[in-house]
Amino acid sequence: MAQLLSPLPGTFYRRPSPDKPAYKEDGDKVKAGDVVGLIEVMKSFNEVKADADGKITFIAENEEPVMAGQALAEIA
Amino acid sequence: MPITKLLIANRGEIAVRIIRAAKELGIKTVQVHSLADADSLAVKMADEAVNIGPPHAAKSYLNVDNILKAAKDTGADAVHPGYGFLAENANFADAVKAAGLVFVGPEGESIRIMGDKVAARAAAEAAGVPVVPGSDGRVDDPERARLVAEAIGFPVMIKAAAGGGGRGIRVAHDLSEFETLMPQASAEAKAAFGDGGLYIEKVIEKARHIEVQILGDGQRAIHCFERECSLQRRRQKVWEEAPSAVLPQEVRDKLCASAVALAEAVKYRGAGTLEYLYDDQTHHFYFIEMNTRIQVEHPVTEMITGIDLVREMIRVAGGAPLSISQDDVKMKGHAIEVRINAEDPAKNFMPAPGTIASLRVPGGPGTRFDTMLYQGYQVPPFYDSLLGKLIVWDETRDGAIARMVRALDELDVGGLATTKPLHQLLAADESVRTAQFHTRWLEPWLEQNAHKLNS
Repeated sequence: MAQLLSPLPGTFYRRPSPDKPAYKEDGDKVKAGDVVGLIEVMKSFNEVKADADGKITFIAENEEPVMAGQALAEIA
Repeated sequence: MPITKLLIANRGEIAVRIIRAAKELGIKTVQVHSLADADSLAVKMADEAVNIGPPHAAKSYLNVDNILKAAKDTGADAVHPGYGFLAENANFADAVKAAGLVFVGPEGESIRIMGDKVAARAAAEAAGVPVVPGSDGRVDDPERARLVAEAIGFPVMIKAAAGGGGRGIRVAHDLSEFETLMPQASAEAKAAFGDGGLYIEKVIEKARHIEVQILGDGQRAIHCFERECSLQRRRQKVWEEAPSAVLPQEVRDKLCASAVALAEAVKYRGAGTLEYLYDDQTHHFYFIEMNTRIQVEHPVTEMITGIDLVREMIRVAGGAPLSISQDDVKMKGHAIEVRINAEDPAKNFMPAPGTIASLRVPGGPGTRFDTMLYQGYQVPPFYDSLLGKLIVWDETRDGAIARMVRALDELDVGGLATTKPLHQLLAADESVRTAQFHTRWLEPWLEQNAHKLNS
């Protein structure tokens, strides 16, 4: 089991845009490199990618403010 | 009725600017803020502060219910929206009015008309203001499209009527290219937007961005001359000046008169800006859009005219007529503003939030620094990257550039990367020094000079 940490401070989004479905749902299988969310830092958007293979469970909520190094999800 | 207590529905340097104007008018201030801005300079400076929600702007600075509740709870009688956030939201202007409060800006209806590109274009044409030549709405018939393109002259832009954000735009340089691109553009628009409708617009090559500052009281409008903001990166202004270095006086007179005509035609109240494209080869100008709010770069106009634009917009919102007539507005010298952003020019302008470890602010003659920074302030990552605006004035443009070089040298923001090195490089550039630029000049220049910013 590994925690996926936020690479940047900012706002965490689980969807590519408000009217689109989430990149991944809790329990989805992910591969290292899959995009699982976005971090908005000062109006610039950065993709968050899974760093391991496994089942993902999100810890941070959509639109949650996060610090760099904060756990966004667990991949087990 | 004059305003007695003003709620500022914004943050950052513009909130600080508005509080300053209000204090000088003897008006009490209420600063609303998100949880992330509890320690902001505006909160410290205002008479009262109200937390209106979490850091995410949609839940705080865009939360109309919470803002109106804060106004009610504190007994504020007016709301200043600043720029961005709700500043050009006609429904917000209406909601403020419906709550019995004064909106420091135009009527919701003016925002609605001027915020709609097609309606604004129609209003401009009706007031006799030149617009970018084009098809005046959609053209579905290929034969008519060809006639329109030939009439306005190549190159032309083919745009999807249902498009936006630059999608579906093609440029045809001659008739044969036009014949090829037109059906492609229509098919693409149909696929992307479910509507194959197109419209056609003349391409203004190497255009300059020139804008006219206006003030209105609902009856009368005046202009405060123009600003030039041609140095842009990703459509964001980087360096702004007043006046434009290249506008002949007779063109300036016509341009500013056209802005006043349009502002009076829509019974404009408050501070507003009409943006134009200007072709310095033909001396033609074309209206593109109106911003119905105070703008980031308003200080350069204040520096050359001596008019406090924010004070005047608050006075007018309180029901006073304009305190100045057109004849009172005189232009003197030259002003330049540069935007100091928390972005690293050495890393492709990557955002750089963080803590201000130290701060040295430039001063001296003709030098102004509008900012919300203080030593120890933590720049939050949730909002735009503007940290401050360095503005200089001198008798001549050359003098202003020399003063900018000196002031940039004095400025020292410790603890995070800023765009200061970009402005130092620009101020030393021969094309900038001779004002030889256009709206698409800066981006290729950045590519060519990347090595100088990376060192």
